[in-house]
Amino acid sequence: MDFLSRYDLLGAFWVTVRLTVFSAIGSLVWGTVLAGMRVSPVPVMRAFGTAYVNLVRNTPLTLIILGTSLGLYSTLGLALADETSGTFLKDNNFRLAVLGFVAYTSTFVCESLRSGINTVPVGQAEAARALGLRFSQTLWIVVLPQAFRAVIAPLASVLIALTKNTTVASAIGVAEASLLMSEMIENEADKLFLIFLAIAAGFVVLTLPTGLFLGWVAKKVAVKR
Amino acid sequence: MRFTRMLRVGAAVTALALAAACGGGGGGNSGKSLVQRAKDTKKVSIGIKFDQPGLGQKTPDGKYEGFDIDVARYVAKELGVDEGNIEFKKAESAQRENMIEKGEVDYVVGTYSINDKRKEKVSFAGPYFITGQDLLVRADNTDITGPETLDGKKLCSVKGSTPAQKIKSDFSKQAELQEYGGYSECLAGLSSGKLDALTTDSVILAGYAAQNPNKFRLVGKVFTEEKYGIGLKKGDNEGRDAINKAIEKMIADGAWKASLEKHLGPAGYKIPDPPAITEK
Repeated sequence: MDFLSRYDLLGAFWVTVRLTVFSAIGSLVWGTVLAGMRVSPVPVMRAFGTAYVNLVRNTPLTLIILGTSLGLYSTLGLALADETSGTFLKDNNFRLAVLGFVAYTSTFVCESLRSGINTVPVGQAEAARALGLRFSQTLWIVVLPQAFRAVIAPLASVLIALTKNTTVASAIGVAEASLLMSEMIENEADKLFLIFLAIAAGFVVLTLPTGLFLGWVAKKVAVKR
Repeated sequence: MRFTRMLRVGAAVTALALAAACGGGGGGNSGKSLVQRAKDTKKVSIGIKFDQPGLGQKTPDGKYEGFDIDVARYVAKELGVDEGNIEFKKAESAQRENMIEKGEVDYVVGTYSINDKRKEKVSFAGPYFITGQDLLVRADNTDITGPETLDGKKLCSVKGSTPAQKIKSDFSKQAELQEYGGYSECLAGLSSGKLDALTTDSVILAGYAAQNPNKFRLVGKVFTEEKYGIGLKKGDNEGRDAINKAIEKMIADGAWKASLEKHLGPAGYKIPDPPAITEK
């Protein structure tokens, strides 16, 4: 196993963790906005939310990630970093990948959240209306807090899927764990399975505690009805 | 009780599956040399690349063409196998050792560089071609003339590949590296002007330049050395000697040079001298 010390495994997994965390935060925010749109009383917003979710959710992730690099950057010239910094490609690719993951994962967050909203009894929203709250207040103060507590467990699954999905970022050259795996396989042709095991173990170390912890949180905060 | 019975059945099924997987991997011919197998069955299966223009490419109508393919066919012919009895299989770079070990293919001719790590898993014959890392730029680019002119440039290569790692280790101060999953994405970036050069083995780049001589230009200054060999089952010395003999014959009778001129000539690729066989 000593060949592993020649590679920066921790550094590569740190990029994976950063990709996951930034994408998760972005997906949570954008997914909540999308869910709000899908239950809103405004038809245009509902139509946009539905169209967005169905379009993006059904597009292969590799296509989305490649699209951010080849489409947004190469063709349309969207640069998310300083072109003269010397590390432009590295920063730009990382941010493009986060953008792609947020666009994709938010659709799953939105749909989980929407199912959570359905667990909140209609009486809650009706009571809020009766008190004179506007739609946005009803959603933000009354419905969403209860909905979130119901969907911690499904959101944990989305987060775990996102962690593993970050390997797709290697398609546009983000130096995360699976790109390091490609390098290791290229150099250490005789240790193919050891390399697979090492990378797989790394992902288990990341995802297993996440799942256990969020499962515990889900039980703790669930609304007892 | 029921549970333990299920466990026992499960264990038996697993054991059977494992035995089948191990036994199936070796195949019935595992002990015999490539030469004997070719003589007995009159068939060979060869691992090649499907996506390298000029070297190994599957055309849309299902044919195979390129320099690697010509070498593979020549070797098969010398082993006494007709062209119609050759089965070509796609050999991804990371899969090559595995395919040979498991006997899925008899030998691999697919831009397969000879190195010591790989020799621990497979045997090599050859080399049949020597090349090195080079640069491909847009046809109208004049300021990149070699590895010393890469200051501030944006290079592209395939993720994890040896050329990509070479840029990371030796040129990271001057140039930035974009890694993609395949060469075609690099070419898209190169065409759009966002990237300045594609870098990998010279002969691979020549294939792309030959496809699009008006769009891309090969710089032609090699700065590493890669020896392409033919990979076969480890320890099959008889098979290796037979392949070596075939390569020597191919070089001697002019088929080697003719094939290179046919596939890479349009790129203006300077065909190197044939290599001497070193894997004996």
